[in-house]
Amino acid sequence: MSKQEKRLRKRILIAAAFFLLLLPIHQRDGLYSLLGIHALQSPIWDYLELPLFLIPYGIIGWDILWRAVRNISHGQVFDENFLMSVATVGAFFLGEYAEGVAVMLFYQVGELFQSYAVSKSRRSIAELMDIRPDYANIMGEDGLMQVDPEEVAVGDTIVVRPGERIPLDGVVIEGHSTLDTSALTGESVPRDVGVGQDVISGCINQTGVLTIKVSKEFGQSTVAKVLELVENAYDKKSKSENFITRFARYYTPGVVLAAVALSVVPPLITAQPFSLWIGRALTFLVISCPCALVISVPLSFFGGIGGASKCGVLVKGSNYLELLSKTETVVFDKTGTLTKGNFVVSEIHAAEMDQQQLLELAAYAESYSSHPIAVSIQTAYGKAVDPARIQEIEEVAGHGVRAQIDHQKVLVGNAKLMELEKIPYPDIISTGTAVYLAVDGAYAGHIVIEDQIKVDAHHAIQELKEIGVRQTVMLTGDSDAVGQKVAAQLKLDKAYTQLLPADKVERLEALIAGKNKNNVLVYVGDGINDAPVLARADVGIAMGGLGSDAAIEAADVVIMTDEPSKIATVIKISKKTVGIVWQNIVFALGVKAVVLILGAFGYANMWWAVFADVGVSVIAILNAIRALNVSEFLPPSSGCDSQLESAYLPSN
Amino acid sequence: MRKTIKLQDLGCANCAAKMERVIAKLDGVVDVKINFMTQKMTLEAPDEKFEDILEAAEKAARKIEPDVAFLR
Repeated sequence: MSKQEKRLRKRILIAAAFFLLLLPIHQRDGLYSLLGIHALQSPIWDYLELPLFLIPYGIIGWDILWRAVRNISHGQVFDENFLMSVATVGAFFLGEYAEGVAVMLFYQVGELFQSYAVSKSRRSIAELMDIRPDYANIMGEDGLMQVDPEEVAVGDTIVVRPGERIPLDGVVIEGHSTLDTSALTGESVPRDVGVGQDVISGCINQTGVLTIKVSKEFGQSTVAKVLELVENAYDKKSKSENFITRFARYYTPGVVLAAVALSVVPPLITAQPFSLWIGRALTFLVISCPCALVISVPLSFFGGIGGASKCGVLVKGSNYLELLSKTETVVFDKTGTLTKGNFVVSEIHAAEMDQQQLLELAAYAESYSSHPIAVSIQTAYGKAVDPARIQEIEEVAGHGVRAQIDHQKVLVGNAKLMELEKIPYPDIISTGTAVYLAVDGAYAGHIVIEDQIKVDAHHAIQELKEIGVRQTVMLTGDSDAVGQKVAAQLKLDKAYTQLLPADKVERLEALIAGKNKNNVLVYVGDGINDAPVLARADVGIAMGGLGSDAAIEAADVVIMTDEPSKIATVIKISKKTVGIVWQNIVFALGVKAVVLILGAFGYANMWWAVFADVGVSVIAILNAIRALNVSEFLPPSSGCDSQLESAYLPSN
Repeated sequence: MRKTIKLQDLGCANCAAKMERVIAKLDGVVDVKINFMTQKMTLEAPDEKFEDILEAAEKAARKIEPDVAFLR
């Protein structure tokens, strides 16, 4: 609790104690008939009641009254201090001293609670985002020095010891270790790093000392970018937040005008006493504060965005988090999003020789190439190449390789190479990329290389369907055979293949035109060459944000890991957050409306009004705080260990 | 110029919304966002008049909530 909060708490406690002591005086007639103590009937109480009740009122309400006076002099009429002052002073004039004190007391309790809840959720978000490194150990002339990460330049060498946070992005030049990336990715499994590998600021070094050559200055590093992005996210306001602030603007004056009308018009018409209707009008004033509502909406989004970042998903604005709840169509890029983007040998067909022999020949022929296809063949072969067996290698650009291996003439390449060399080859219907081999002018076999579908892609698509996404679509520049196969395996609803980058935008626009206007189309890509498509979608999600500036820049939502299943996670968080927001709006407005109506007809008194104001605030804020809790969306490995353990226990 | 300023003792969300509306109407203000949750204001205004506008914004904010202070 802050100093101010503590002071307010003290005032509330003192005033409440006074109030409780004085209650018997207020209820003395009732108590007399109950207990028969004659002292209670002494006329002295009639004189003492007002001054006695003014004591707790002064203790709890002086600042509200003072602010009301000060703000009126500034021309601020409808502010909550003024409303509370009028309502409570009015109650005193009507002789309802206890009510006057109680309203002020509960109003302050509500204020204290609100302030406490808001600063608490602020703190928990700050903890969540506590990835800012405090210092960097830089290699100086006389050993290691601790410096501010901002002072480190590109090319400097820094040392990160176990337990320390990596302060800047860089490349490991010495040492190996495991990194805890959970603050950035929500992933609890540590990542191994060694010499030559890129490391990202914000991760915690766990086991070994790492010497790192800095590749980006602090302002450009991952940590700084992520922090900036999360901080600015709250500036992009959601529609419901705008709605509620606009509503609040008219609500308060509206209720105040209604209160004025209520205090004047009915007594003139019905000739009932003014005091009766003024009393009812005062209950109106107590209900007219909109603050609970105004705070609960951004508080929910604040929690939702913070919670999403805990899961490794950065949402760049409340508006995007709100839009995601209405996701109707999810459009995927194929390579790098649903597939790993690395090629693996999936089939080997040898005409006459042994399969392993064919792979060996291919690996030898491709041993000098760094083309992804060549690399995948080398990986599949997995053994060292003996250069003595290679007499000659010649690359034929766009076709393949001509080589002399073990004094045989070996050709490795695509169909065009076979045609160029006039070698008859069988027509292969395959969903991958086929690499043909010919030995001494005769077809020897072929190897099929395919991209792999990501492990959690199936699960990701299935989960999207479960949470109500109507349509899943894939766009790819790849061949029809490959694209359709991936789409069928993942049970996607539609796949559009052989698209040029410009075609993708056109296709996306057609999909946008075809969907329900109120719903949302989400595009998921890697952010590297699909920036225009990301921008065109209602919400653009980029994958693999960790270490990719392009992805972080281009998208509205950034998934830090490579897991497509996080799309469903963020949509779930969005639905939960938006659900909470609407629960609060409907509940708060509903209760206020009911109490206003009951109050107008004299069925609801000040106490009801206090509940409709403070009670509703407290409930709405407690509900809003739920948005921050995302443990249900985190992977089971983190935080759900107890469940796993209990699963192994015998049931009795 | 666009600058983010921390607001101290920004007490209520509705007041923040009111301040935002009033400051947005000030002469020269291009864009202003006040965020109650982060207690920050992002103000965009022409460079040469920025300080004056900031001054006016603070004055306007004080009228709504006298305790608020701009930390510059």
